[in-house]
Formats: sequence, structure tokens, C-alpha cells
Amino acid sequence: MHNKTLVAVAAGLGLLALPALTGCGSSDTGKSTDSRTVTLVSHNSWNVSKSVLKDFEKRSGYQVKVLEDGDAGQAVNKAILTKDNPQGDVLFGVDNTLLSRALDNGLFQPYRPKGSDTVLPRYRVDGARHRVTPVDTGDICVNYDKAYFDAHRLTPPRTFADLAEPRYKNLLVTENAATSSPGLGFLLGSAAQFGDGGWQGYWKKLRANGVKVVDGWDQAYDQEFSGSTQGRKAGGDRPLVVSYASSPPAEVIYAKKRPATAPTGVASGTCFRQTEYAGLLSNARNPKGGKAFLDFLLSKEFQEDMPLSMFVYPVREAAQVPPDFLKYGPQAADPRTMAPDRIAANRDQWVKTWTSLVLR
Amino acid sequence: MALPVAFFALFFAWPVAAIVERGLKADGGWRLGRIADVVTQPDIRHVLWFTTWQALASTALTLLLALPAAYVFARLRFPGKQVLRAVVTVPFVLPTVVAGSAFLALLGHNGLLDQLWGVRLDTTVWAILLAHVFFNYAVVVRTVGGLWAQLDPRQEEAARMLGASPAKAWRQVTLPALAPAVAAAALMVFLFTFTSFGVVQILGGPTFSTLEVEIYRQTSEIFDLSTAAVLTLVQFVAVGAILVVHARTVRRRETALRLVDPKVTARRPRGGGQWALLAGVLLTIALLLVLPLAVLVRRSLDAPGFGYYRALTESDGGTFLVAPVHAVWTSLEYAVAATAIAVLVGGLAAAALARRDAGHLVRGFDALLMLPLGVSAVTVGFGFLIALDRPPLDLRQSWLLVPLAQALVGAPFVVRTMLPVLRAVDGRLREAAAVLGASPWRVWREVDLPLVRRALLVAAGFAFAVSLGEFGATVFIARPDNPTLPVAVARLLSRPGDLNYGQAMALSTILMVVCAAALLILERLLPQSRTDSTGGTPIDRTGEF
Repeated sequence: MHNKTLVAVAAGLGLLALPALTGCGSSDTGKSTDSRTVTLVSHNSWNVSKSVLKDFEKRSGYQVKVLEDGDAGQAVNKAILTKDNPQGDVLFGVDNTLLSRALDNGLFQPYRPKGSDTVLPRYRVDGARHRVTPVDTGDICVNYDKAYFDAHRLTPPRTFADLAEPRYKNLLVTENAATSSPGLGFLLGSAAQFGDGGWQGYWKKLRANGVKVVDGWDQAYDQEFSGSTQGRKAGGDRPLVVSYASSPPAEVIYAKKRPATAPTGVASGTCFRQTEYAGLLSNARNPKGGKAFLDFLLSKEFQEDMPLSMFVYPVREAAQVPPDFLKYGPQAADPRTMAPDRIAANRDQWVKTWTSLVLR
Repeated sequence: MALPVAFFALFFAWPVAAIVERGLKADGGWRLGRIADVVTQPDIRHVLWFTTWQALASTALTLLLALPAAYVFARLRFPGKQVLRAVVTVPFVLPTVVAGSAFLALLGHNGLLDQLWGVRLDTTVWAILLAHVFFNYAVVVRTVGGLWAQLDPRQEEAARMLGASPAKAWRQVTLPALAPAVAAAALMVFLFTFTSFGVVQILGGPTFSTLEVEIYRQTSEIFDLSTAAVLTLVQFVAVGAILVVHARTVRRRETALRLVDPKVTARRPRGGGQWALLAGVLLTIALLLVLPLAVLVRRSLDAPGFGYYRALTESDGGTFLVAPVHAVWTSLEYAVAATAIAVLVGGLAAAALARRDAGHLVRGFDALLMLPLGVSAVTVGFGFLIALDRPPLDLRQSWLLVPLAQALVGAPFVVRTMLPVLRAVDGRLREAAAVLGASPWRVWREVDLPLVRRALLVAAGFAFAVSLGEFGATVFIARPDNPTLPVAVARLLSRPGDLNYGQAMALSTILMVVCAAALLILERLLPQSRTDSTGGTPIDRTGEF
């Protein structure tokens, strides 16, 4: 009997001593409670010019720490799971397609940032409750590889219906609507186009027409698409991809030698408008810093920096958009949209149906 | 016994129960109707069907390719055999993420086959099956080959003398002796492939989903917690059933066989048939096990002047807050802690199980200890997040969360490795020491420790390799700013661009080298585990599952 107790005690002591032995205990926990640090949780596409961020840090006195956690959906879901004890103070990157999930789960606490009166009225949601702040907007559209269509003497598609035509067979790659926000946006665009009863038939046609589905935007645009710089290098062989209206200017602006026209174009009748929001997390450890950061997201400086860092449009009324950006990637004239409550009511069921129709 | 039970209750049963509860309990009542709803959905049935048939196919394919190798390793003597045996075991301890990226580099977009012949197998079931063979080859070679090497060949020879044809002698003498080992190996492979996560996640694309992957998707992407909870229960039941069958076959395997020292059973190959078999096995190993890893290493060197490796030391301020190479240290620290926990918990459990007066209940615990191997690591990781977040046990902020989860997966390996050796220790030695006035602590130190020291080291090595490579649970609980190696590799793979891909390959190579080093050290310890001090049978069952 004795030795059992002894062993148990020794074992207990051993477990307790572990953190001390390995010595990596306190290094990653202490910092985040520091009131001089603001922690931003975001998706992989977060970006800002260094100088603009430095400027904020200098003015506000806060250090900004960024945690990128997968794509938009994953970042939001994990934030909901860790709501009581969040990883950061501010979440950026929940878009109109996922907004209801974040709000219904009580992810954010109300805050009305400075400058919220400058936001264009069409992007404001959540009325007087101010749980989220619109930050940017962009259009999800099918992009095409100009060289491919020139070489094959084929007119690029223009509308949703075009994509289902036999001459575009096996040309389109899109993202998984269950895991990727452009993928979901494209599904919602088709639902807006063909209505509750019509979109399933459309996707059956797309599937028969050889649409390829991959998990994320990165893979679709940078691996499978033949028109992007990365995609050409990787040997991508699909000349049509679901991406953004701002992808063509990105191709021009990031090119080593700037071409006169963008190598890719946008099928203007396939666009769905996406708005991205940020909010102060419910149990943020540094709410004051979080509020200052939300103010910053609506500042003229940040709003005007976004087009060339994240390739999205500002939501602030008088923000200047760089001329190159407008020239190579004008916002779609007539994008599909959908009311947030209609998205909230249907999204999960639609995604489920879509998964069975297209993936199984 | 108290500590292992407490450990598994606290860090396994409770978190799993918590996630199931969160998914299935609403407004104070259980929604058990959900179970029927979920299992009858066509999509979910499709997942169940795919999970089962790919596991069956993977198991069959692994047996088909690895059984000849088991024979070759058991019965033929050829130069370089020891090294080769270590080589085939490397994949087993490799992280699934590394295997996934290796096969991607071989079969994927712009992979070797794509460049040579325009053949792409990623997002096909073939890539998944081949990767599963890659992983589990060693399970069959070691489990079946280990026993085969110890079967007395004279029994078969005696049958031949009595007039049996070679086929008949094999069928009636060797096969029955081997069958339980083959069954045990097949069940292990089935268990590992049935719960496959990293391989399917990386190679399968959005089209293929095993139960484990579907649990991840439902939780982390679709956010349907009740479906995830039901699937967890389904997997729990399936794995439990596999383990019960496995426990039975293992017990059957422990029936008396005439075993001899493996050294005397192996001969130089004779005749065209044996040479052809040896050549075939070597070719399979080269193509299926070595080539993917070679392609991986080759890809990591594509940039001039070790460019991808040098990039690992730079912080890009984007994907990671710290330089990716930091993940190496994070992983090593976690693995050391996880190994310590796994050895402690697993060792104590093995000691309790090895006691001759161990009752029925304790023996039942044996099978239970294997459960974490098969129950969704994703579920465990997620369970940690929602169960261990309140005082008195608020670990959500603690780095210890990751090693604890990894130790859960490592502990069953420790138990499997230690148990046979502990059972072989002659209890009379302990009694004699006690009679001579030694304290219990001294008995343990002077009698047990020297006998089990080697097994302990082997167990620690396995636990270490397993923790280094653990992905499913870690991906959930590792904080984005402090990724482990496998998590960092997966994250790099999901980002666009050459540099990220190259860095993923470089990090995978580093991870592979660390795991292989751990394994090679084990191999050096293993061959000597013969009869020297135990005085028992010359049976070496370490490394068998």
C-alpha cells in the first residue's frame, strides 16, 4: 500500500514541476494582458502599410499584435468558441455572409467608433446597436485569363448563365462554399440571380459543365488559375476563377514590369458585393485599446491605404481611391446583393444543399 | 493506478463529454433525436461509407504490399537490413502533415509525376490510399515480421518431411501461427486509416471526407456543433468496437508458440523466387517510402543557397509573428513536456496492468487506454477549449494544454511498449529484495528500473516522435502566434506563392530529420533487447501494437 501512495505523490509532484523544468511556461501568456498592447484577430488576408500602422502606434501609444487565424470563416468560428476568454481585443474580417453567426453568438460588444458617421449609408448594418463597424467592401466576381480567350478565339463569359454553356466546359475553378468566403459569395450571388428555387438547377449544370472546386481562394487563384502570375508559374490550367473585381489591378500593381493593361478581366455579370466588418470582442482584455483600434480602422489614413494593401474599397464617404486601382478594377456597376436577414435565414441550408449537389 | 485514471478522466473523458454535451444539449434537455437525424442524412452516410471503404481498401493494400516485406525482413539475411528496417519505420513516426506534403510534391499540381507525365493524383482517392500505405507499412512489417522471425522454421520443415507440399506446410503450420499477428496488424492499420485526418485533409481536397475530417469541418468551418457531436459519438462506438476485437486477437496471439531467437531463422536468399521477392520489396520501399521523402527534400532545396531554409529564420510579419524556425523550438519544448507526461502516466498504467493480481477491471482499463488513439483528436482539442477554461482548472491560457493533448496520444504507445517487458519481470526478484529489507523505493530502483530502463527509453522515444508530429488536437489549441512544426507546415501550405511552399517543404524536412533521428536512436537501443538480464523469454515485442 505504501509504495502506491508514494508513487502517486511523486507523480503529482512531477506533474507540478513540469512547467518549471521545461521553462517555456510564462513566455506566451503574460504579454497579452499588457494594457499597452492591442491584439487584432483576423484572417490571412489582413494587410496594412507599415508606415500607416507605425503612425497609429506612435499616436495612440499602443503596440499592435496581429493573430491571423485561417480564412474568414475559421477565424470567426474559433472566435465564437473562445468567446469567454478571447485571443484578442478586436476581430476584423467577418463579412456580410457570416455576420449573423457572429452577432447571434454574442461575439461583439457595442462601440460606436469615431468617424462612423462618415460611413456610406448603404454599408451600415445593425442599426443603433453598433456591435460591428463596416470597414471595407469589394465585389466577388469571376475573373478570366485574357491570353487564353484570345488564343482560343473565344469570347469570355459575362454572366452567371454563360458559365454553364458548353463552350466554357472544364474552364472554371471555384472555392468550397462551406469553407471559403469568395466561394460562399459566389453561391449567394447565384442564389440572388436565380432565386430560391433556381440556383440548385444552375449548379447542377455547372457541375455537369466541369466546374472544379478547391478549398480556398489561395489554391484556386494562385495554383489553378492560368491568368495570375503565381498561377502561370505553378502551371495553372483553368482560365476562369472565382476571385475579386480588384484582382486585375493587383496583377498590374504587383507585376515586376507594369503591363499597359491587366492580363485578366472580370466577368461583370457575375459579381456579388461583400462588406467586411470589425468589432470589439465581448470579453476583450484591453477594450480601451480595442476602441482606439476601431477608430483607426475608420480613419481616413487607413481607409485610403486599404485599396493597395488589401485590394478592397473603402466604406468612408470621401476616401480617395488611387487612380490605378479605379482604372484596372472599377467596382461592378450592378453587383448581386442580398439582405443580411435573408442570408442568415438560408445560408446553412444552402451550403448543405450545395455540398451534396456539387461535392458528393 | 489512481494517477492514470485521473489523468484520462480529466483530460480525455471530460473534454470529450463536454463537447458532446455542448453539441447535443439544448435548453437543459438532451436532443438525442439528432443522432438519428444526422446519421440518416445522405451527406453523412456518404462520409460514413467513404470512411469505411477507404479504410478497408487502405488496409488491404497495406497488407498486400507489406506482407512480402515482413517475410523478407524475417527470413532473409542481406546487407543493410538493419538500416532498411529503420528506414521503413520512419514514415510511421512522421507527422501526417509531412507525409501529406511529400505526396503533394510527388502527385500533386506541378508535382514530379505532373512534370514528367502530366499525371495528377491529388484530390483522387489514390493519393489517400498510397499515403496510408506509406504510413502503415511499418506496422505490418514490425508486427508480423517480428513474430515471423521468431517462429521456429523447423516446424514447417518437419511438416515437409512428413510429405506435405510447401504450400500445404505453409498453410497448415506457419499461417495459423501468423494469423493472429496479421489480424492484429490489420486491425491497427484499419484503426489508423479509419480515423485519418491530416492525410485526407491535405490530399483529399474538398471532395473527400473521413469522419474525423468531417468532425473538423462541422466544428471549425460549418459550425454545426450538434452534427459534430453526433459524429464524435459514432466514431467513438466504431473505434471502441475495433479495439475490443483487437484486444481479443492480441490475447489470442499471446498463446504459446514455440519461439526462437530471430538470429537463427534468417538465411541468405536462395533461388530465383527469393531473389525476385527481395528485389520486389526493395523496389516497393524505394518507390513508395523513399521517393516521396526524397522529392520533399529536393523541393526544399529548390531555391539557391538554401534560400527556403534561410527564409525560415525571417519574420515576415504576416503568416507568423515570429520566424517560422521558432516553431522548431516550440515543438521541441512541447514534445519534451508531452513525453514526460506520457511516460509518467503510461508507465504507471503499465505498472498497474502488469501486476499479476491485476483484476478484471484493471485489464479492462488496458483497452480503454488505447481509446485516445482512435477517438477524434479534433474532438479532444476542441473539448479542451471548452472544458478546461474555468477555475479550478483554467488551462486555456496555458501552454501546457498542447503537451497534455499530445501526451494523450503518446501514452498508449508507452503502455504498449512497457507492458510486455514489465510482465516479464520475475516477481520473485522483488519479493527477495523486500525480504532482504529493501524499501519499496529501493526495490523499484534496484530491481525494476534496470530491467525496464531500455523499454522506458524506447517508450519515451515513441512518445516524443508522436508529440512532435501530432496535428489534429494541436491545430485546435495551439495559439496562432505560437504554432508547432506541423501546424506551421500546414499554414504555410495553405498560403500562396513559391516562397511559402518552399518554406513548408523545408520545415517538413527539418521535422522529418528530427523524427528520424529520434527513431534511429531507438533502433540502436532495440536490437540489444534480448535475454541478457530479464532471464525470461527472448521475445521482443517492443514496437508492436
